[in-house]
Amino acid sequence: MKRLNFPLSVILLVVPCAVLAAFTHYPAVKSLINSFWSMGTRRRPSQFIGLENYQTLLADGTLHQIIWNSTLYAIVTIPAAIALSIGMALLVNAKLPGTALMRLSFFLPTMMPMIAVANIWLFFYAPGIGLISQIFVLFGLQPINFLGSASTSLWSMMAVAVWKEAGLFMIFYLAALQAVPPNLKEAARIEGAGPIRIFFDIVLPLLKPTTVFVAVNALINSFRLIDHVIVMTKGGPNNSSALLLYYIFEVTFGYRDSAYGSTLTVFMVLLLGLMALIQFKILDRKTHYQ
Amino acid sequence: MKGVNRILLVALAPTLAVAWGVPFIYSVWTAIHPEKYSARFTWNAPITFANFLEAWQAAPFALYFVNTVILTLLILVANLILCTLVAYAFVRYRFQASGLLFALIMIQLLITPDILIVENFNTLAKLGLTDTIIGITLPYLTSAFGIFLLRQTFKTVPISLDEAAQVEGASTWRVLWDVYVPLAKPTYLAYALVSISFHWNNFLWPLIVTNSPETRPVTVGLSIFATVESGVEWALVNAATLMTTAPLVVAFLIFQRQFVTNFMRAGIK
Repeated sequence: MKRLNFPLSVILLVVPCAVLAAFTHYPAVKSLINSFWSMGTRRRPSQFIGLENYQTLLADGTLHQIIWNSTLYAIVTIPAAIALSIGMALLVNAKLPGTALMRLSFFLPTMMPMIAVANIWLFFYAPGIGLISQIFVLFGLQPINFLGSASTSLWSMMAVAVWKEAGLFMIFYLAALQAVPPNLKEAARIEGAGPIRIFFDIVLPLLKPTTVFVAVNALINSFRLIDHVIVMTKGGPNNSSALLLYYIFEVTFGYRDSAYGSTLTVFMVLLLGLMALIQFKILDRKTHYQ
Repeated sequence: MKGVNRILLVALAPTLAVAWGVPFIYSVWTAIHPEKYSARFTWNAPITFANFLEAWQAAPFALYFVNTVILTLLILVANLILCTLVAYAFVRYRFQASGLLFALIMIQLLITPDILIVENFNTLAKLGLTDTIIGITLPYLTSAFGIFLLRQTFKTVPISLDEAAQVEGASTWRVLWDVYVPLAKPTYLAYALVSISFHWNNFLWPLIVTNSPETRPVTVGLSIFATVESGVEWALVNAATLMTTAPLVVAFLIFQRQFVTNFMRAGIK
């Protein structure tokens, strides 16, 4: 390794990293600073108010609802998408007839923008005209307004997210499955292990590193991706389907309260950091084949 | 026992595949039939492409497409250049606090610019770059993911190759261009595919930044078309949705094998 001289470091490191820091580290720190200041108006400039924004945050009933929504959304969609994607990978890997078509069907939603996926599902869920509504009527059931009622709106969002994400995770599991040494499975088979036993005792432990990778990605995505919320429900009815980033978006660009928006951003950054830490700790302990 | 399992698999596989395809197929059905067949399934329903034509003319989709292409290419080119430079520095040179700097860069994998919308918009407003395509691209010009992938790849370049090139009198830039870059070609391709699909599909940030048809990418254009201009004309909304999605899907179908293998390679290593 050679020593890096100053002029070269400017080109190689300073310029690219400055661009990165300006839109990642700077806004994170600026959010923290702004969270201690009030929202300035034309007549009254912004003032230092200490922890007042955080007091608002603690007492914010809407936020409590949204934290619950986001938690539920993450703990349902992540395991569901992972379980389904492992199933898909096993099916695609089983060399059945029509594999190419099957893979296309699973992977298609992943290629589409979330906004397109949201439009498709908006129509799919639409009362009266949507397919689900029609199936309900066909079986003589009362159709449900999935997006319009507070008890089903969040679950409807989750279905959309799982539908979109599972195909992507399937690709990663497919790669991992193809890397499982066939002699291990062969040895287990000779020892008399059935296919179910082989899956749980041999294949699944070997998929752990992939699961760590997928789970962390899924966690970040569950916070980052809110396009479907914007298009399908706007968080409603009564915030029943609002997620944290959507709330930040609404507070900042809807209510024009960027001071509180900054405070919420700080909260979200801390939450993400904490969750990533926990996830790494738990999954790392169980990962044997790094 | 084995036979029973096989039969179960053969039955399960198409069921799941069809169930997964249903929302998409339903959308296609609606898009290629006249409005009155939107929710009515009859075998002799006439197939039409009028919905696509009407949707295309009802909003400046051509302009939206151009904006998306410009935006995606700008980010891709900047990423390829800037990430290469940083990865090269980390692999080839020794400098103070390199471990700390790398950790700081990797923070972007977790705290992505997508969630820092409040302050990033303020920054953009201060720079006077709201409602510009450059403004949409700025937060994404350097990518931690790209740096990570390229660093991993550059590390596999044998040091003897690097040294041989130096003995031959190659400069810093020649070594990068003639030794490192050619060996990282698969990584560049993988990264390009991930980057293009991500930014082609990105929605929230462009929605916040843009305010006029001249800057709007196709995702934002589609959302505006679907909510404002067409009301509840589902045939048109579905046609527009499929139309705007088509280029990427077609590209994927063409590059399917490369896409999948590169995606896997990018993710697993």
